[in-house]
Amino acid sequence: MDFKFTDEQIMIRDTADAFLAETSTSAAVRQVMDSELGYDPQLWRRICDEMYWQGIHIPEAYGGLGLGYVELTATLEQMGRYLCCSPFYASVCLAANALLVAGTELQKLTYLPQITEGKTATLAHTSEAGDWSSSGVKVTYQKQGDSYCLNGTYRFVPDGHSADILMLAARDQDSHGLEGISLFVVPANTPGISREWLPTMDQTRRQGQLQINNLILHEGTVMGSAGEAWPQLEQILDLGRIAVAAEQLGGSQQCLDSTLAYISERVQFGRSIASYQSVKHKCADMMVKVEAARSAVYYAACVGDQFFNQTAGASELAEAASITKAYSSDSFFHNAGVGIQLHGGVGITAEYDIQLYFKRAKSTETFLGASDYHRERLAILLLDTQVTL
Amino acid sequence: MKLDFSPKDELFRQEIASWLASNLCGEFDVIRGRGGPGDQHMFIDERKAWEQKLYQGGWTCIGWPPEYGGRDASIEEQVIFNEEYARAQGPGRAGHIGETLVGPTLIAFGNQDQKDRYLPEILRGEAFWCQGYSEPGAGSDLANVKTGAQFDDATQQWFISGQKVWTSLARESDYCFVIARTDAKSVGHHGLGFFLVPIDQTGVTIRPIEQLTGTSEFNEVFFDDAQCSVEDIVGEPGDGWKVAMGLLGFERGISTLGQQMLFQNELDEIITLAKTNGSAKNPQIRQRIAEAHIGLRIMRFNSMRVLSSEGADGSLQKESMIYKLYWSSWHRNLGKLAMDVMGAESEVLKGGPYQLNRLQSMYLFSRADTIYGGTNQIQRNLIAERALGMPREPRG
Repeated sequence: MDFKFTDEQIMIRDTADAFLAETSTSAAVRQVMDSELGYDPQLWRRICDEMYWQGIHIPEAYGGLGLGYVELTATLEQMGRYLCCSPFYASVCLAANALLVAGTELQKLTYLPQITEGKTATLAHTSEAGDWSSSGVKVTYQKQGDSYCLNGTYRFVPDGHSADILMLAARDQDSHGLEGISLFVVPANTPGISREWLPTMDQTRRQGQLQINNLILHEGTVMGSAGEAWPQLEQILDLGRIAVAAEQLGGSQQCLDSTLAYISERVQFGRSIASYQSVKHKCADMMVKVEAARSAVYYAACVGDQFFNQTAGASELAEAASITKAYSSDSFFHNAGVGIQLHGGVGITAEYDIQLYFKRAKSTETFLGASDYHRERLAILLLDTQVTL
Repeated sequence: MKLDFSPKDELFRQEIASWLASNLCGEFDVIRGRGGPGDQHMFIDERKAWEQKLYQGGWTCIGWPPEYGGRDASIEEQVIFNEEYARAQGPGRAGHIGETLVGPTLIAFGNQDQKDRYLPEILRGEAFWCQGYSEPGAGSDLANVKTGAQFDDATQQWFISGQKVWTSLARESDYCFVIARTDAKSVGHHGLGFFLVPIDQTGVTIRPIEQLTGTSEFNEVFFDDAQCSVEDIVGEPGDGWKVAMGLLGFERGISTLGQQMLFQNELDEIITLAKTNGSAKNPQIRQRIAEAHIGLRIMRFNSMRVLSSEGADGSLQKESMIYKLYWSSWHRNLGKLAMDVMGAESEVLKGGPYQLNRLQSMYLFSRADTIYGGTNQIQRNLIAERALGMPREPRG
């Protein structure tokens, strides 16, 4: 047990911090957030060529660096802190994880090197309802000989309108619940897929909508076990939850830091407003929320590593993901909300960045299940078994 | 960064688990799970005997250096000890003030004679200690202590006069460590001494404080020319604040893990109750139980982060300052959750005149958690000023 960053992990974190401080400035974020693509392709190129973050946790055999989930979350934390707009999350934390968890050897050899070279990818699984459980998988497939015909609509797909490679979850048209779910991997330009940008309140994370009309997929596109892919899909989503929680942690920290910076400058009644107890106590609560979220994220990152080296199972991953996603979401939203309050009038202007964090807090909270969803998931584990006295 | 324990640590886990399984039984069955917060005054004789049993097994003061009889246990081993101890429902440690506060303080600040006289009997579970810090006028503002200590050249004794309050287990203790003013004209942090005072003497009077639970863990302790030998001041006259603050530094850290296991036992009891009485079907109760589970798991990760990052000199990083505010708020919420899970039954006592069950007692006593050891308001000030560097409040 050694629950702190190694020197190498500190170096990875600090390098990310320094790079993003220079490249993901407020002005840079604001420049890309109005565009349909939602990120700067040149910055993405630099991340892939100079930083090589997209390969952090991908094994060396597939062109990655072969590091772990702790290194990945340390980087994500900084990306969240600087509101970095990039296809990183979708490509690495959803798509690459999907390949690592459910891909065949051939699929890994085909697609992971493409991701490490900078191709973008994402995972589409839920439909109109925004339901993050198995019942949210509503796109259907019909088996026709050796191929599958998919129909339906995907929503809330990170970078869904722009990604180069798509992982799609669909269900056998007669199935329900946990049964009949399959995963597929396809190039995004495959006929039968039409895509559009879903404009969103949070402009720093792009979401897309995918319309699937008679998309014909051959057997080689199937990931994992056809018809029985829900357990793997859930593991992929749990890894994604830990990753988004790490971004939220960075955002939550930045809400505290930027608020402290603002209130330290602001003078009323002849003294810094940071010297008032009512203000200090709110900041103390923000620190509690951010440090507790940090403990949760680092723990979940360790469980992510244990999951990949097979010392933790799916249920431990699920518990860690739900604990962390629920707490980080609440921490980020709390700190962004209090941050606006302590900024006073300027907190609700477009000019100050705290509003961008407030919007990011909400969009990441609902994504992959809000806190109540995850608390209920834990409640099932804790309460829905028989009492043994 | 990793969570796994080494194979050597796992062997240690087996060792303590099997020792507890074969020793925490028979005459000690009655104290399993007892003596925690809100219940500290119960089964005192049995729990003192249990301390001696622990000593015979080599399980007291495991974190102390070997020259004082400890095992020099690593952080991991201490984590494991606390986990297994609570898993086995080990009773609240009657010796915890001696082991976790007095011992480390004497090892750090005491002279050889004091170490020789006091450490062995703490180790053997034969001497019990209480804390004489707070006074009626010195609660959050601890430096405002008025208790005085005067040195008498003729008898070579210190004579201590004044009043301490909120002293846990004073009646069950052999000694009290006391901060008192060695310089009557001094104010604030200056002019204080740190004294080791025997309780059983005519100059010490103890009056229990009846709490809202109907029980009395806390006491007032009156010193009226209480005697303390010249050998029993730790450090020099005037060093009292330094020693007292050093002691408070030992209060955080490892011992928090044992506390968390007691919390886990309470949460488990609430979960069992919710399943049994049907409130586990109430969506709001489900959310709150899950939230309590999340909060407790994170409390453990907070501790593990702090323990892993602790400086070699025992200094704690600023992140550790959230700990008290975090656990006390969590535990107070747990008390309310326990009542809400019980529903209308939460009002009904085990018997008259005022026999509370464990959860009722916890609910009431948890209101003290956010007050003692630095109120939540003071904790927020400390976090803001010391961890976040915000400007200090003007102090009159």
